[in-house]
Amino acid sequence: MKPLDPRLLKYARTTRIFLLSSVVLGTATAGLIIAQATLLAGMLTRAFLGGASLADLRTPMLLLLAVVAGRTLVAWLQEVAAHRSSAAVKSQLRGRLLAHSLLLGPRWLAGERSGELATLATRGIDALDDYFSRYLPQLVLAVIVPVAVGARILLGDWLSAVTIAVTLPLIPVFAILVGLTTQRKMDRQWRTLSVLAAHFLDVVAGLPTLKIFGRAKAQAAKIREVTDRHRRATMSTLRIAFLSALVLELLSTISVALVAVSIGLRLVEGGMGLETALLVLILAPEAYLPLRAVGAQYHASVEGLTAAARIFEVIETPAPAAGTRTDVPDLVRTTLRLDRVTVNYDGRGAPALDDFSLTVHPGETVALTGPSGAGKSTVLAVLLGFVRPDTGRVMADWDDLADLDPDAWRAQIAWVPQRPHLFAGTVAANIRLGRPGASDADVRAAAAAANALEFIDVLPLGLDTPLGERGLGLSAGQRQRIALARAFLRDAPLLLLDEPTSNLDAESEATVIDAVRRLAATRTVILVAHRPALAAVADRAVPIAPAAVTA
Amino acid sequence: MILRLLRFARPAWGRLVIAVVFGVLALGSGVGLMAASAWLISRAAQHPPVLTLMVAIVAVRAFGLGRGVFRYVERLVGHDATFRILADLRARVYERLERLAPGGLPSFRGGDLLSRLVADVDAVQDLFLRVLLPCVVAAVVGGASVGLAWALLPSAGAVLLFALLLAGVAAPWLSSAMARRAERRTTDLRGELTLHVVDTLQGAPELIAYGAAPAQLAEATRLDRDFTRATARSATTAGAGAAISALAGGLAVWGSLAVGLPAVRSGVLDGVLLAVIVLLPLAAFEVVAGLPLAAQYMERVRRSATRVFAVLDSPEPVHDPDDPAPLPTAPYTLSVKNLRARWTPKAPYALDGISLDLTPGRRCAIVGPSGSGKTTLTAVLLRFLEPAGGQATLNGVDLRALRGDDVRQVIGLCAQDAHLFDSTIGENVRLARPNATEDQIRDALHRARVLDWVDSLPQGLDTHVGEHGAQVSGGQRQRIALARALLADFPILLLDEPAEHLDIATADALTADLLAATEGRTTLLVTHRLAGLDAVDEIIVLDEGAVTDRGTHDDLLTRPGTYRTLWTRERTTEPAQPL
Repeated sequence: MKPLDPRLLKYARTTRIFLLSSVVLGTATAGLIIAQATLLAGMLTRAFLGGASLADLRTPMLLLLAVVAGRTLVAWLQEVAAHRSSAAVKSQLRGRLLAHSLLLGPRWLAGERSGELATLATRGIDALDDYFSRYLPQLVLAVIVPVAVGARILLGDWLSAVTIAVTLPLIPVFAILVGLTTQRKMDRQWRTLSVLAAHFLDVVAGLPTLKIFGRAKAQAAKIREVTDRHRRATMSTLRIAFLSALVLELLSTISVALVAVSIGLRLVEGGMGLETALLVLILAPEAYLPLRAVGAQYHASVEGLTAAARIFEVIETPAPAAGTRTDVPDLVRTTLRLDRVTVNYDGRGAPALDDFSLTVHPGETVALTGPSGAGKSTVLAVLLGFVRPDTGRVMADWDDLADLDPDAWRAQIAWVPQRPHLFAGTVAANIRLGRPGASDADVRAAAAAANALEFIDVLPLGLDTPLGERGLGLSAGQRQRIALARAFLRDAPLLLLDEPTSNLDAESEATVIDAVRRLAATRTVILVAHRPALAAVADRAVPIAPAAVTA
Repeated sequence: MILRLLRFARPAWGRLVIAVVFGVLALGSGVGLMAASAWLISRAAQHPPVLTLMVAIVAVRAFGLGRGVFRYVERLVGHDATFRILADLRARVYERLERLAPGGLPSFRGGDLLSRLVADVDAVQDLFLRVLLPCVVAAVVGGASVGLAWALLPSAGAVLLFALLLAGVAAPWLSSAMARRAERRTTDLRGELTLHVVDTLQGAPELIAYGAAPAQLAEATRLDRDFTRATARSATTAGAGAAISALAGGLAVWGSLAVGLPAVRSGVLDGVLLAVIVLLPLAAFEVVAGLPLAAQYMERVRRSATRVFAVLDSPEPVHDPDDPAPLPTAPYTLSVKNLRARWTPKAPYALDGISLDLTPGRRCAIVGPSGSGKTTLTAVLLRFLEPAGGQATLNGVDLRALRGDDVRQVIGLCAQDAHLFDSTIGENVRLARPNATEDQIRDALHRARVLDWVDSLPQGLDTHVGEHGAQVSGGQRQRIALARALLADFPILLLDEPAEHLDIATADALTADLLAATEGRTTLLVTHRLAGLDAVDEIIVLDEGAVTDRGTHDDLLTRPGTYRTLWTRERTTEPAQPL
């Protein structure tokens, strides 16, 4: 994995500013390190060989204090910059992720993915915090400090500078060499580690089942054995993987030791002054320190970059092709025709909808019936433009749906899905979803028409009652009726209803059906029906047969 | 709590100590390298005979070599110890969970909580490698460095001690306090933003269909901006820890110089040692570098451990007798008299005085709306829950006098949420009887009416079902679970809402198959659907834990009551029969 993903610079511009500030602060750090070493070496020499007193060294002591203050300030600024930048970058990425996810549409978001993305956009993205506050600044330091410190040493003692210049580049070289040979093995080990955690979770989740079959007690030994086997396998990998750290530590300390002994011997022979010797001794470890720190923060980089890469993957997924014509036909007078439509969802053997044709005239109410899995909901998804037919087409009189701008098309549709989503907000805000500017009177009228007003008026704040997470506290029937009120208020010529009475008891079913009947009176309605009472609302029923399984 | 966690480390104590020793040697080598080099150079400046420097030269070289090697050993031994601890920790948590599950474990009602618990167990292991090890090593090496400085010049030792405490204790403490404060300040904003993001993604279809996506995104941008502003505001304080560390390091050097210079002049300190006490802090500060990270891990470990212990400390729902009665022999009659039960001591009775008799071969159904206590009954019969009154007996022996494992050899369950393990179909069925032959497994699948489907799969019995059986449909999942229960050949079989979560047509087909497959076996079927119940010997209508009616299907239909009402409603809202 590259230490810095170029896409981070592209999608989150703050990263550039942060890099720039890190370079400035890194340069300041290098300067302060050199200043501190110079002052220390000078004072130690004058005190030891020259017998200088504290009073004699007043100026350098004050300067040293200033350097200390400077380093404190730089450390603080670096943290502040890291925090601000990572907050800004996360915000930028989150915004892009959310906007692009909506652009990719419901079909792409279906299933587990919306949950996974929600985690990624909220908790997952936090992994970038450590990447920004720990890894990136160290990376910058690892480039600037060794060069600056090396140059200063070169001015004092070229032999030591050469020692450092020879050993320093060996560190990344060895790290890469060892890394290359173990990376694949390590990756595999980490994968089995997560498989192992999943296995543990699976066993714990299945505990009641294991107990029923008298297998629960035996599993404890199995867990021990499996983890232990994994430990042995991992340790053999780690023995090699840790070699890169070993090389890093060995090279950095041995070369400091070599430099120390070499300048010590040259001091004895009088080939070198004490001040220079001390300067080199103080600076030599500083040249290696940032590189070692970068190695230690490797994990911070991997986690942060993995989260970022996942986001980029989403952002770079091309949005589905969509029509552009905004002069959509008026659905009040338009006949809809599904012409031999087949839809294949990826990864499933049989098509979700197989060679299906249907004609719906304006004002008609059509019930789609058939066993689960036959593709009833898919028909609605196709009409909404959520799903493009793989073969066949949808015609509105003489216009192909594929050519029309989806937003303009959907402006004429109201849709009540099987499990309507209620958003955090008031009941009224939820009903207003499709017509944000609707008056209070209109909202009340829509709620009344959906038979929802009776229970809304009993709520503590009526229409202004805030709904908890996902409409918690409302029964399935009540949620269904709020969704119907939404559809009423939308007042669109085409209404799509997906099993609005499933999961309802008989009483709620009757009120919902009553509301549907009222909605259907003035509109074209296509509804998915499971039960006869609902199907009876329709002018005609169209059965859908499931596609034959192609094994 | 930490002490309690430490006990988990027992199997690897020796290794942890070895890791600490090598850690101390590694860090100590770093400090020693600087101290020895400083002395070597100062002494060399006095142009002594080279021979007098030999000891120092050897020491410098040894320290230089030692550090990397010691660190390598430390990391290997430390990781090995951690893996050993993890294996034991998982097994011990599992053993405790085994006794709690499922009655005493509220988290079994929500999958998220369970995966949280498992993640927490794994997080606890960080205590040893990432908290304890660096802290102990830092304390020992830091103490030794202070001791060395103190021996040379007590005031220099004091300076170093103060600076190390400032950087090693005060700075991490301040950092985490600041982080907590910032978190508190942004919690609400973060919560609001998270809720909005989740809402947006999960409600995406409606947003798009209703053209409300742009407005929702604008709101997200506004919330995000508020949250990001609040976070940025707390950035000013977030740097405090890092700043104090840097300050302490600098002050240590400056302070050593300030006390060292007069000491050399007054002759208290040999001038050769001045460089040693001034440069020692430069190296010694490396020992505290890892502590802020350790503090962060500690915080995480503490949170995880609290949750893990809360689960482990929940009371056991059922106690096995100290002196269990021997299991009676077949044939079995299960008899329940005035049984009452509840899930927690103060909760209302979920089961309030139910009686029934299951003689060999008899089939009985319990019907009633959700919350009527049906599932509680199966939990009591399986010894997952202690009865609060009345009794259940097996051939006259009270279930409480028997070992839970023995009871479950006789009474088995096919649950509504039967767990399929992430393995093959064959392995999932074989769980019921590990030594079953493939023919026996196929026969069980056949009786559950799912063999034809299994055979139509390209990999047959070896088809993987995925996590929680996600790769197979709900109906097939239940049928595989049923085959498993049939293979186990329990003398008494409980079926708990086997058709729940299925669409009505599939549900009724499954129920019919179930009743056919259990013909002649002692069976208790718990359900809220009534279709097919004319095949059982007795139906018990349960409401709010109490029996409201009982009799055969035909009996119950002759008189007005809950059963007849439910039946009529079910008939009229029946699925659209093939049109």
